[in-house]
Amino acid sequence: MPDASTTPHAAPVESNGTSPLLDVRDLQVHFPVRSGWLGSNNAVVRAVDGVSFSVGAGETLGLVGESGCGKSTTARAILNLIPPTGGEVYFEGQQIAGLSEAAMRPYRQRLQMIFQDPYASLNPRMTVGRILSEPMRIFRLHDSRRRRLEVLRLLDIVGLNPRFVNRYPHEFSGGQRQRIGVARALAVNPRLIICDEPVSALDVSIQAQVINLLVDLQQQLGLAYLFIAHDLSVVRHISDRVAVMYLGNIVEIAEAQTLYRAPKHPYTQALLSAVPIPDPKVERQRKRIVLEGEVPSPTKVRIGCPFADRCPLADNDCRMSAPPLVGTDHRVACFKA
Amino acid sequence: MSEAKSELPSQRAAADDLQRYEQLWAEARQVHGVSLGRDAWRRLRRNPSAMLSLTILVVLSILAFLTPALPLQSPRQVETLRSFAEPTSEHFWAPHLQTPSAQAEGTNDEQWAAFWRDVDLKFGKLDAIEKLLLQARVAVFGPYAIGSICGTDELGRDLLSRLFWGARVSLIVGVVATLVSLVIGVSYGAISGYMGGRVDNIMMRLVDVMYSIPFIFVVIFIISILSEDSIKAWLIDHGIDRITIFFFLVGAIYWLTMARVVRGQVISLKHEQFVEAARTLGAGRMRIVFRHLVPNLFSVIIVYLTLTIPRVMLFEAFLSFLGLGVEPPDVSWGLLANEGVRVITPVKIYWWLVVFPGIALGVTLFALNFFGDGLRDALDPKLKNR
Repeated sequence: MPDASTTPHAAPVESNGTSPLLDVRDLQVHFPVRSGWLGSNNAVVRAVDGVSFSVGAGETLGLVGESGCGKSTTARAILNLIPPTGGEVYFEGQQIAGLSEAAMRPYRQRLQMIFQDPYASLNPRMTVGRILSEPMRIFRLHDSRRRRLEVLRLLDIVGLNPRFVNRYPHEFSGGQRQRIGVARALAVNPRLIICDEPVSALDVSIQAQVINLLVDLQQQLGLAYLFIAHDLSVVRHISDRVAVMYLGNIVEIAEAQTLYRAPKHPYTQALLSAVPIPDPKVERQRKRIVLEGEVPSPTKVRIGCPFADRCPLADNDCRMSAPPLVGTDHRVACFKA
Repeated sequence: MSEAKSELPSQRAAADDLQRYEQLWAEARQVHGVSLGRDAWRRLRRNPSAMLSLTILVVLSILAFLTPALPLQSPRQVETLRSFAEPTSEHFWAPHLQTPSAQAEGTNDEQWAAFWRDVDLKFGKLDAIEKLLLQARVAVFGPYAIGSICGTDELGRDLLSRLFWGARVSLIVGVVATLVSLVIGVSYGAISGYMGGRVDNIMMRLVDVMYSIPFIFVVIFIISILSEDSIKAWLIDHGIDRITIFFFLVGAIYWLTMARVVRGQVISLKHEQFVEAARTLGAGRMRIVFRHLVPNLFSVIIVYLTLTIPRVMLFEAFLSFLGLGVEPPDVSWGLLANEGVRVITPVKIYWWLVVFPGIALGVTLFALNFFGDGLRDALDPKLKNR
């Protein structure tokens, strides 16, 4: 088990100089699309188009963006579930992007994932006990008797009644199932858990429970999270830092407080202006920045800024060259920021 | 649930916790979940035609298994005097076997030896279980046997007995050959579907090629090769009889459709999140295919199984009909029907030789089909009424 004394809210990695737990550099995932006669026109969907970020030990990085911007693809590419087209992924200082299944296996013990849909991510034919003991069996942790007890301990940790170890997933509610998913990720004592929209399939009241569970676990076990979501308030609650994605690119990355208080990128500003405020007086005065147009097709090769087509501030410079992600603590990819 | 938070285990408290969890484990064993299988069984029980079919099949299987213990006449003893005897209730309960106690002379050992010689003549070579069942029969029914209530055939053999002994062969052929096809088909299809890409392409094209071969020719070809004298002698030396070969031959042919069905299902399942979850847990390909995917195909496999068994039985009947399946003096339902049809002449129709094997075959096939349909309904999650 990782040292529980690691402070969960560590400073961003760049500033304290230690090497980050997960370091993603210029990650690209392109999907070929065959069209035309006999697949002669080979277009490419640039689902993830050069994404860089890092997650320190015990830290939570939120990754937000609208549907289809490549958040989940990024997560899958980090875990090698989808082979990345380009770029590097360093986990604990080791390059893991594009490793074979066998070479990847030792890293999987410390790099786990929680899935979006708690109804689809648990094998309906396995009891909870088997679902939770399988990862331990794969990594040959403990003997069989100890494994059994470990399963009960995991259920206890995530707040489920250990007596239900012989039940099947379909006998649990959505929130309970997601707890099983969390317990499964914890079974092998990981250091980093990638949470791919872990609460978006749940009711709002249950969302809070699961989020709080994740925060508690982080404090107790010193976990790091890469927390993917499209709900900005959820991300704000859990994240130390937040990265905003648009069309396969990261447009802004900063400390959560800074980003929410003073967003620099016009897309982030528009996104945040869409969050309703739970106070009718303030809510009435909230100004929404409504974006024109639609997200351009990810198959198109772009020269300029990916956001240029919809940006209220865009000028010719923006359309001619893509702005790099610049800055130290608060990094933003915009010429106008 | 609330106590869980306050005592999250750290390394120090681990020993206490272990004890607590041992206790919890004992309690947890009392709580059993409702598996999808149990759920399906509950729905199946509400389906009268499926349950009736199941009952018929179970009874049939038990009777077939217990055949040597039933008071039946010899299925192979030729009595030309009784040739084509019509169904009759005469001699309904007549002595048939030379049981030791029924013999007038000789010591006990001699009587038993005579008994087994008689059995050998009347029933052919029996294995240990069959001998045991036969001894049970002698103990219960003595030398008696049911008369020819279903009539006799050309050679005066009792049809009722032949039906029972034929059931053993027909049912076993159906089940074993289907299981062979199941093992091959499921492994092949699941691996092909999961690997995808070029491997899948090659594997499935191979299936297509095999589909295009008319397999009746293949079976005829192989069986005629195996019937050649030197090969036959070699096979008999090694204890492989024609029925065993038949199982594997038919099983090896019927796996093609199973492979296709399973492949399709695997392809649709392999993008499910729980498969991806298994991959993030570091599960190997074989574990994913056989632990995660195949158990989720049970409904498809079981249904397909119940539909394949009748096909295999019909195929056996067909081959026996052509004289390529079961060899006399062994019997199967197909063989019986064949014999019945063969002796139909414009002058006289020995109806009982066609009707009774036909009924036996028909009832079994109907039962299997209805049971298969019922199973499919019970296992179909779309009809799930929870």
